Amino acid sequence: MIELRNLTKTYDGRSAAVDRLNLTVATGEFLALVGPSGCGKTTTLSMINRLEDPSDGAVLIDGSDTRERDPVELRRRIGFVFQDIGLFPHMTVAENAGVVLRILRATPDTIDSRVNELLALVRLSPDVYRNRFPAEISGGQRQRVGVARALAASPAIVLMDEPFGAIDPLARDHLASDYRQIHNSLKLTTVLVTHDMTEAILLADRIAVMREGRLAQVGSPHELFSAPADDFVRAIIDTPRRRAAALAAMMTQAGPQ
Amino acid sequence: MSGSGAAFDAALANLPDYLGWHVVLSVAAILIGIAVSIPIAIGSLRSPVLRGTALGLASVIQTIPSLALLALFYPLLLALSGFTHAIFGFGFGALGFLPALAALSLYSMLPILRNTIAGIEAVDPAARRAAVGIGMSNGQLLRLVELPLATPIIIAGIRTAAAWVIGTATLSTPVGQTSLGNYIFAGLQTENWVFVLFGCVAAATLALVIDRLIALAESGAARRSRPRLIGAAAGLAIIVGASVFPLFGKVAARPIVIGTKSFEEQYILGALIQQRLRDAGFDAVRRDGLGSTVIFDALSSGEIDVYVDYSGTVWADDMKRQDIPGRRAVLDEMSRWLNRTRGIYCLGSLGFENSYAFAMRHDRADALGIRSLADLSRVAPQLRIGGDYEIFSRPEWRAVRRAYGLTFAVERQYQANFLYRAVVSGDVDVISAFSSDGRIRQYGLKLLSDPKAALPPYDAVLLISKAHASDAALLSALKPLVGAIDLGTMQRANLMVDRATDKRTPEAVAQTLNAGVSARPR
Repeated sequence: MIELRNLTKTYDGRSAAVDRLNLTVATGEFLALVGPSGCGKTTTLSMINRLEDPSDGAVLIDGSDTRERDPVELRRRIGFVFQDIGLFPHMTVAENAGVVLRILRATPDTIDSRVNELLALVRLSPDVYRNRFPAEISGGQRQRVGVARALAASPAIVLMDEPFGAIDPLARDHLASDYRQIHNSLKLTTVLVTHDMTEAILLADRIAVMREGRLAQVGSPHELFSAPADDFVRAIIDTPRRRAAALAAMMTQAGPQ
Repeated sequence: MSGSGAAFDAALANLPDYLGWHVVLSVAAILIGIAVSIPIAIGSLRSPVLRGTALGLASVIQTIPSLALLALFYPLLLALSGFTHAIFGFGFGALGFLPALAALSLYSMLPILRNTIAGIEAVDPAARRAAVGIGMSNGQLLRLVELPLATPIIIAGIRTAAAWVIGTATLSTPVGQTSLGNYIFAGLQTENWVFVLFGCVAAATLALVIDRLIALAESGAARRSRPRLIGAAAGLAIIVGASVFPLFGKVAARPIVIGTKSFEEQYILGALIQQRLRDAGFDAVRRDGLGSTVIFDALSSGEIDVYVDYSGTVWADDMKRQDIPGRRAVLDEMSRWLNRTRGIYCLGSLGFENSYAFAMRHDRADALGIRSLADLSRVAPQLRIGGDYEIFSRPEWRAVRRAYGLTFAVERQYQANFLYRAVVSGDVDVISAFSSDGRIRQYGLKLLSDPKAALPPYDAVLLISKAHASDAALLSALKPLVGAIDLGTMQRANLMVDRATDKRTPEAVAQTLNAGVSARPR
């Protein structure tokens, strides 16, 4: 369980990037953090594994304050998937997937067998991909390795910062639904930052909508549809439906008479 | 053609010694450069102040002409050695290897430092963010991500440094470190172009081979190709091993070290001394081409044991005397001064002077009606004078100018070989020359007399270090040289080395001289 208590982040001389945020993510839950650019969602994510420290307030994981933990140690225990993937270009697929185990000083044999499991989990055949370099595989495959890397040390929590944004649409849909299955089967707690409302609705158990550093509303997709807290939430939750409607209208006009 | 064939054979005979030292010196300097620069570069990543200071210093060092940097390290280390001797009771050799190594190591730093910093800064920010995000410590970030990704750029810096160091190491000859530069310095002085070319080609080949081996190691690391890595490592090991091997035997016993300055007469006399000592059963080696002040300090500190200097040089440079009491008196007073202040023993004069003199083409001197320096004062403002690198800053030149009131329209400096050509071709009207130079005879130049005796005498004298000042065997081996070589003999000997055709090596000429000395009635 992740608890954000009164979480606040201010940078020198500017208005708060995150402003007194209170939010709880239950164990096993898949929560999407959505909102327009600059609303503070990535900053919020970064405070969970102490890539940034809050100016005020606290993050509690399973009841204990993260400020009491060594940030480097904390990050090793929390999976992180990056928007720009960030694979290490000089390492093979297998070395990238196993790098967290390496920095945790696991034995080479342990790493080796774990990497094979991980690659199979993200649907990359170990025999084919183990010894390739990142430059030799597609964007979608690279982010699959990115997911494998995040899961290597069997973390309970996975943080994802717009993980599917840089991938072509078909590969993105496959990877997103594959990840949702992995989330279920490994009983992970996932926080996904995205600005793609469709993705949030299709993947998440609950959606937290942020605006100018504050929480506008949190609830299941159904709750947001049926009872939006304000016009902003209504507008943002409605974007997929408006686009679908526009698409449908276009299809009937342009379709065979 | 046989002349250049013999020169080539002579060059080849010296190759194991010269190349060996060159490799040992260069490789050691590059390794020190790497070992010092990379940690500084890493430390400076998180400290802009350190980075600015380190890069600034390295750049300043790079702008110091390499020959000057090498030369500066000799007095520096000599002072340091004196200091450690006074404090801790031991000194170290300030001549040769150490100053060359220190200067070259400093020289190698800039490209390695700059490329290491640039290489690490060029690492993709996404990779760095990911490394921190998954929980790498600063050390792991550096070791697992930043350094491996920066390696190609760091290696490029090391390759640049290697090329610079191997090239610049040829300049370590004047501080007494044997290197491939011995070919170049000796060749330039004696107009032995085979030697010059041999030295250049050998240094360039070495630089190229080392560069290719580093490139091979790099590509081996990048492609994870074991054969390439092994090949590169084996290549480097073979070069270093083959270079060090022939040097080993020589390091053990301390031989008699003969110093020479960097001109042909000194090479001949050095070879002559060496032959006589070897004939007497000594193990004798030469440090050729030493700078004029370096060689005197080296004899004083006992790093060399014997060399030939000239009385006027010691008189003016070391004793700082400006009065000229006469040839005999200068010699006697100098001998006493050397013995008293440095413990150096002056065995005696070889029998000729190599004094500063001024020379003109005969036809030019006749046309202007000039026979002596006194005649020159009239027309000097319309004339151009050429000199070697030293003369215009020496006290002798000031004394001559003062005595005769000389002011020339133009003063030009030349390397000795080009100096004589300049006066022969008419580029200058008067040159500073040395009285024993074979080229005065060869070109038929007129030496101007010095009626006011403004120039001190320059008797060639044999100086022996304190350690061997009462070494009877050594002294008796060299004693026959005293008074054995007159000016004509020395001029002819110098000419045999200098001349363009039928050139002889200094060693061959020394052999001829030695035969003459041994045949003299006692």
